[in-house]
Amino acid sequence: MMNDSFTDGQAFPLGIEASGLCVDYNGTVALYDASLKLKSGAICGLVGMNGAGKSTFFKALMGFVRPSRGNIRINGVAVHKAQRDQAVAYVPQNEGIDCSFPVSVWDVVMMGRYGSMNILRIPRESDRQAVWHALERVELLELRARPIGALSGGQRKRAFLARAIAQRASVLLLDEPFSGVDVRTEKLMSELFIQFKNEDRTILISTHDLSHVRDFCDLVVLINKTVLAYGETSKIFTKENLSMTFGGMPPDVLSGPESSADLINE
Amino acid sequence: MNDLFISLSPFSFLVEPLSHEFMRRALMVSALVGGVCGLLSCYMTLKGWALMGDAVSHAVMPGVVVAYALGLPFSIGAFVFGVGSVALIGFVKQKSRIKEDTVIGLVFTGFFALGLVLVSKIKSNIDLMHILFGSPLGISYSDVHQTLLISGIVVSILVLFRRDLMLYCFDPTHARSIGINTGFLHYLLLSVLSLAAVAGLQTVGIILVVAMLITPGATAYLLTDRFDRMTYLAIFSSAISSILGVYISYWSDIETGGSIVLVQTFIFLLAFLFAPRYGILKSQGSTHL
Repeated sequence: MMNDSFTDGQAFPLGIEASGLCVDYNGTVALYDASLKLKSGAICGLVGMNGAGKSTFFKALMGFVRPSRGNIRINGVAVHKAQRDQAVAYVPQNEGIDCSFPVSVWDVVMMGRYGSMNILRIPRESDRQAVWHALERVELLELRARPIGALSGGQRKRAFLARAIAQRASVLLLDEPFSGVDVRTEKLMSELFIQFKNEDRTILISTHDLSHVRDFCDLVVLINKTVLAYGETSKIFTKENLSMTFGGMPPDVLSGPESSADLINE
Repeated sequence: MNDLFISLSPFSFLVEPLSHEFMRRALMVSALVGGVCGLLSCYMTLKGWALMGDAVSHAVMPGVVVAYALGLPFSIGAFVFGVGSVALIGFVKQKSRIKEDTVIGLVFTGFFALGLVLVSKIKSNIDLMHILFGSPLGISYSDVHQTLLISGIVVSILVLFRRDLMLYCFDPTHARSIGINTGFLHYLLLSVLSLAAVAGLQTVGIILVVAMLITPGATAYLLTDRFDRMTYLAIFSSAISSILGVYISYWSDIETGGSIVLVQTFIFLLAFLFAPRYGILKSQGSTHL
């Protein structure tokens, strides 16, 4: 089922390269023998049921959980090196932050620049410009002085996306970016993801919503404790593959997002 | 001229005590410790470490006793036991199924009890009351030097790492994802907490030092939505509380540690009631304005 033809013969290092990844939590297997090669300039959808290991896969890619076996390279280097190079940005599904924390939207986006600053993290003009442009791109410039807790859910998602933009990461890991956002944010984010792709970034998006995958993911990874199928969306998105991914229940991908989303949530 | 001013009560209230060496020393040390603990209290309240602050401040007790008995500077003993208690809390939590707040309560009461037993057993001239309730009016020169040194270290660390520590409190996941060593920051903040607890017990004593480590931060948190402003407000309110507390203690002949913490609590109450955005009386307030 693996289809590596489009990544073969790369002169440049791959954006994400995971091989034979195994992760277990105190003896419970969360992921086994998962491999993925993802070149830059592509959007890849990570699709699977709840508990299929999507978040674990992200955590392994971020070095937050230590794989019991396997190897991960980001832009051809080890994860920790890539993180120090500010090459990876991670936008979690639930930001998991204290919304009454006394920081403004501007402050939050500026945190994307910390890794590029000196130890005192004093912003230079270039940092301020990066934050300004990032806020402009997610259309939050007017709200930059607001406390982060005063934003709506969709606006907050955009603020954290702006932080990833300000970081100028070449590899973006987005966990369920479309869950619980308003229509405006969804449209804006879809457009931004296409722009990121044209900027030659590597984008990995986990999602429940199969219609998003069809709309703008070049590649798709189907996952259930391991990588079931991987390749170009048009080739991989078959009823058989999806049925296998969702445990024998064939979601009718052609009947629109609602029905498939409902099915997955069961 | 002089006589006229001295007859004014606010002036004599503030100036007369300054003629005593012990009062000048007490005011300086209390204000300094207040400011330092005030700065740290912002991180404690935002990180949700009030209980940890309580634990560390109680756990330093046996360290102080052992240090006195061995003739070492009290701060060294206190620091060792403060960090030791934190390490033990982490170890027990990791190796057992007991919830963290239970582990914290368990460890610090154990350490504190050990301290009490040691005081009663080790023959020395330690005044238990001074350790438990502080004695800024009777602080010695060597204690002043230790407090200055500790304060200098705490402030240097908090200034040097203030952005990283803020990010660590706000979003440790992001901190890790940009290559910041959050494990280091965790133990750095705990070490600073141990040091600040040592400094704080000079002025208000072991029992009340946790107030120095949370009340100014909580007060400032009600007054602003900006982290930097929060730190300035916490430092200011804490230092002012210490100074006022020492003066009130002098004039009313009441226990100094209690006096300082009561002033802090009073300022918190004012903020709780009248803070422009987050005070409980804000609706009435805003209609008047």
